Amino acid sequence: MSPVSSGRPTTSHTDKAFESDLRLVREKLLAMGAKVEEQIAKSMRSLTDRDSELGEQVKEADVEINRLEVDIDELCRKILALRQPAASDLRLITTALKIVTDLERIGDLAVNIAERAMDLNQAPPLAAYVDMPRLAELAQEQVKKALDSFVRADPDEAQEVLAGDDHLDDLFVKIFNELLAFMMEDSRNIRRATSLVSICKHLERIGDHAVNVAEMVIYMVRGTDVRHPRSRAVES
Amino acid sequence: MSSAPAIQTMPPENAVPASQQQPSLAPGTENPFKVEVKDLNVYFRANHAIRHVSLGVKPQTVLAVIGPSGCGKSTFIRALNRMHDLVPGARVEGKVFVDGMDLYARGIDPVLLRRRVGMVFQRPNPFPTMSIFENVAAGLTLNGIGGNHAEIVERCLRQSALWDEVKDRLRHAGTSLSGGQQQRLCIARALAVEPEVLLMDEPASALDPIATAKIEELIHELKEKYTIIIVTHSMQQAARVSDNTAFFYLGELIEIGSTAQIFTNPRERRTEDYVTGKFG
Repeated sequence: MSPVSSGRPTTSHTDKAFESDLRLVREKLLAMGAKVEEQIAKSMRSLTDRDSELGEQVKEADVEINRLEVDIDELCRKILALRQPAASDLRLITTALKIVTDLERIGDLAVNIAERAMDLNQAPPLAAYVDMPRLAELAQEQVKKALDSFVRADPDEAQEVLAGDDHLDDLFVKIFNELLAFMMEDSRNIRRATSLVSICKHLERIGDHAVNVAEMVIYMVRGTDVRHPRSRAVES
Repeated sequence: MSSAPAIQTMPPENAVPASQQQPSLAPGTENPFKVEVKDLNVYFRANHAIRHVSLGVKPQTVLAVIGPSGCGKSTFIRALNRMHDLVPGARVEGKVFVDGMDLYARGIDPVLLRRRVGMVFQRPNPFPTMSIFENVAAGLTLNGIGGNHAEIVERCLRQSALWDEVKDRLRHAGTSLSGGQQQRLCIARALAVEPEVLLMDEPASALDPIATAKIEELIHELKEKYTIIIVTHSMQQAARVSDNTAFFYLGELIEIGSTAQIFTNPRERRTEDYVTGKFG
């Protein structure tokens, strides 16, 4: 870099400390995303493998996700206060502030799944867990794809997450009906089946958070807000 | 140039008052713009400083002009009240309309034009030998405008948010005021001749943050009555005070849009690079 301003566009920020702060936001978000994906996988394995030790690990690791949330929030506040970011930088920071909340909530839902799993592991298994692993797989795929779209700044991939949510919702309804049938068959199944319904609901909610992340990625890249199209149609 | 007084010369005795100069717009034509620039080019001898700029500014709005040093933003606003008339070797081509009246048309008196299109400069430039009162009234005196000068001076000092600070010392020298007060005095001086458009060339760049905030607050208030075009180096200032923002680069208008759009989602890559600080 020439020490004298040339007044010409460059590929990176003239202020290297700012550039490095923005990179740190991205890196920390990715670290948080990877941790969250791992938490969902582990919490589901604690259910399918009946491994309560894994469930404990999920509960313990949640602290790390919470710490990352606070760190990223603080970093974004610092950037807003000191750098007054604009345009794509501003959209990155507002996106980061929104999606950390979604990622943190996904982490909490993984803990909820682990707690239910640990509880269920105390009792005999309720037949096969029907399509539940498939539901978990879909939820994880949605989270992964949303995070990948963030890394690649790819709005088309984010759009796929939005479209994919219907599969997750449909599968949830299907499993819910199956579990309802179990409950109607034998009232002794109700407690366990209710726990399983909760786990499915948590997975479905994880999918919703993945959609939130993907919507913010579209905003970050294109600058257009695709959330709540119906309410905006009413307004206009 | 930046130390040039806002009022340049005496008007010819038989000049038509600015308010009576007839616009060239055809009757019945609706023009949404207070200021309209069409294919403006400014040359300083061989240097083509402003290149084919066209834009419009609606009444009672603030347009901020931003861009790196040397991009032509000051040259641009100076063309809007014919300041280049005084620069040897300067040539202006294209049209600048105020209310449909072409400022560069034959027969337009630049002095009367500058009453309609006032200018505030980067460095406060009160007339050094004049009192606060005389500074504000200078434009009235120079232009031979009658009426109750005391009333006009008070109104302008109130409009420029300076009255309360100077009402007890109107006979003190204008230069006895602080930098921020001097700048508001210059704004009051510009308002005295009842302009419709105010051009501001970096009006707060020599001021501290509090004085800057007062000028910015003043811009919000003045917008109720005037159309304002402000050149600023500070993107945050542009974001705070303006309704629309124009980005200039190498003498060209790269992009103009609502300030919110320019600072959150610019369409042009070069605007994006500039507002995010990717200029070396």
